[in-house]
Amino acid sequence: MKIVVCVKQVPDAKDVRLDPNTNTLARDGVQSIMNPYDRHALEEGVRLKEQYGGTVTVLSMGPPQAGETLREAVACGADEAVLVSDRAFAGADTWATTHTLSQAIKKIGGADLILCGKQAIDGDTAQVGPGIAERLGIPYATYVKKVVTCENGAIRLQRMMDDGYDTVEMDLPALMTVVKEINEPRIPSLKGKMKAKSIAITTLNAADIGADPDQIGLKGSTTQVVRVFTPQVRGERAMLTGTVDEVVAQLVEKLESLL
Amino acid sequence: MLRIDIEACIGCGVCEQTCTFGAIKVEEGHAVVGDNCTLCGNCVDACEVGALSIEREERATKGNLADWSGVWVYAEYRHGRTAPVAFELLGVGRKLADERSVKLAAVLLGSNLAGQAEELIAAGADVVYRVDDPSLAHFTDDAYGNVLTDLIREHKPEIVLAGATAIGRSFIPRVATSLATGLTADCTDLAIRAEDGALLQTRPAFGGNIMATIVCPHTRPQIATVRPMVMKPLARDAARQGAIIDVKPAAARMKSRVRVIESVMEEQDQVNLCEADVVVAGGRGLDDAKGFAQIRELADVLGGAVAASRAAVDSGWIGYPHQVGQTGKTVAPKLYIACGISGAIQHLVGMQSSETIIAINKDPNAPIFDVATYGVVGDLFEIVPKLTERMRGRNAR
Repeated sequence: MKIVVCVKQVPDAKDVRLDPNTNTLARDGVQSIMNPYDRHALEEGVRLKEQYGGTVTVLSMGPPQAGETLREAVACGADEAVLVSDRAFAGADTWATTHTLSQAIKKIGGADLILCGKQAIDGDTAQVGPGIAERLGIPYATYVKKVVTCENGAIRLQRMMDDGYDTVEMDLPALMTVVKEINEPRIPSLKGKMKAKSIAITTLNAADIGADPDQIGLKGSTTQVVRVFTPQVRGERAMLTGTVDEVVAQLVEKLESLL
Repeated sequence: MLRIDIEACIGCGVCEQTCTFGAIKVEEGHAVVGDNCTLCGNCVDACEVGALSIEREERATKGNLADWSGVWVYAEYRHGRTAPVAFELLGVGRKLADERSVKLAAVLLGSNLAGQAEELIAAGADVVYRVDDPSLAHFTDDAYGNVLTDLIREHKPEIVLAGATAIGRSFIPRVATSLATGLTADCTDLAIRAEDGALLQTRPAFGGNIMATIVCPHTRPQIATVRPMVMKPLARDAARQGAIIDVKPAAARMKSRVRVIESVMEEQDQVNLCEADVVVAGGRGLDDAKGFAQIRELADVLGGAVAASRAAVDSGWIGYPHQVGQTGKTVAPKLYIACGISGAIQHLVGMQSSETIIAINKDPNAPIFDVATYGVVGDLFEIVPKLTERMRGRNAR
C-alpha cells in the first residue's frame, strides 16, 4: 500500500498573543513546527504501514525551510519525503494549494491512501484534504478518529460528527483527514533521526509537477484577502475586590440579578 | 509578489514585528523579504511610509458574474432535526438578500423531511429546494455534494452559506472545488460591499489572533461556512409565504462511494453546551481532573453546562465535546463563568459573544479579564466552593 501523508509547516501559534502596546502580533520566539494535526496523520500512516505493509511518503508544499518538517516526519517513520517548492506558489489559497498538492501526488505516481490532518492551525480552513480528493476524483472521509480495518482494497473507519460518530467504508484509493483522538504520535527513534539526517528530499517545482499557471499561487487563488486586522476586545472589565467572603457576596449579587 | 520600495523604506522594522511568518527582516537599513512570505498583506497595511506593496497579476473573471443571483443557505438536517445553525444562516441570509434585492433560498437534503421546509420559510426563506429521498438518509460527502453542486449549477446563486459544522466543513469544500470557486471557512461576519455588491467574509485565522476579511472576486458563487452561534435567527413567523420546490435528482447522483455502516448518536450532556443559558468553564488553573468537580458542582447549582479550555481538554481532565474555542465549540450564553482560564485568544474567540462574562483567575494580568464583564483576582479553590454553597442556599429558599 502506498501511503502519502500531507504535512504543513506552520508557525507555532499556541503562545502567540497580541502585543497590547503595538496592537501587533507578538511573535518573538515563535517557532516553525509541523502542524499538530498532521503529526497524527503521519502517525496513523506509519501504523497502517506497520500493520498492512507498504511505504509512507510525506509531502509538503512550502518554502525550502519546510524541508525541516519533512526531515522530522522521516525521523518519525516516513520512508520518503517530497517538497513542492516554488516562489510561484506564494499566496496560494486552498483552491490553488489543492491543485499544487494533487499535481504533486500524480507526479510521484499517485497513492492508495492519502492522509491529512483535519486542518492546519494557522489557516484553520479544513479545506485542503477534501479539495485534494475532489481534484483526484477519489472518495474521502473527514474528522477520522479511528481506522477499524484496511483490508481487501477498502478502508473502514469512524468519523466524528457533531452528535456522535459514523462508521463508514470506502474503496481505495481514498483520502482521510484525522483528528488528534486517533492516536498518540511517537517520538522519533534514534534510527529514524539518523535516516532523517541523511535522506535526500525530492524537491519539485511548478514545472516539475505540470502545474497550471492559472491555478497556483496568489494569481491562481479564487479568494483574496482584502483586510487583516486584530480582533476587538470588549472593554467592560469591572474588577471585584475584597476578602474572599466579600467577593463571593458580590458575585452572588451579580448572579441573582442575572439569573 | 511583495515589492519593497528601498528608497521609501526607512528601516523602522514595523513590518518585521507585524509579520506572523517571520518572512520580512530589516537588513542594511531596509526591509528584505524571504521565501516564506505568504503575501498575507499584513506588513503592507502596517508600513507607515507606504514602502511595501503586493503586486497582483489579476486572474481572469470566468463568465459573467451578473448571471448569478440570489442567496442560498444549506439547511443541515440530521437525525430528525434541522440544525439550529440553519435558522441562524437564514437570519443573516435574509439581511444579505434584502441588501442585494434578491431571493433567499434554503436547500434541504435528507429523508422523511415532512414539516421541515415550512419551518425554513417561517425563518425567512422565500424558496426551499427540497430533496427528500431515502438514499439521502445518511450524510455522505458524495451524495450531498453532488446534489448541492447540481442545484447550484442549475440555479446560479451568487452566495451560498452553510454551517461550519462537521458536515458543512466536510462536504462544502468538495462543492466549491468542483465548481472551481472560492470558499471561506468558519466566518464570523458577513457583509455586502457597497461599491460592487461583493460578499465580505470575515473569519478568524491563526487561532483567532488575527481576523481576515476575504472576497471571492472572479468566480461565483461566493461560498462561506459560518460558525454556529454567531448569527442571530429571525423570530419565527408562521404567516410568512414561500415556495417549496421538490427536486428529484438522478439516482446516480445520489450514489456514494462512501458506505455508511452505522450512525451513532453519542450520549449528550444533560445540558447541551451550545444551547445553554449558563456555562461554567474551567481551564489549566484547576490543576487536575478533581478540580473539575468544582466546576460541575457550580454548573449544576446554576442549571448550566460545563465547558473547558483546550489546556484542560488536552490534559485529559474532561472530554473534547466540552472544549470551547477556535478548535472547539462556539458558545454565546447569557452568562459565562471562566474559572482558572487565562484567556488565550483561541479560547476567547469561542466565548466572547457571551452576554455577561465572569472571570476568576489568580493572575491579575490574565487576558481573560480583557473580555470579562466582572473580574475576580483570587484563588478559585476558595471562591468557587463558597459561591456554589451560597447559590445552593439561595436555590433552597
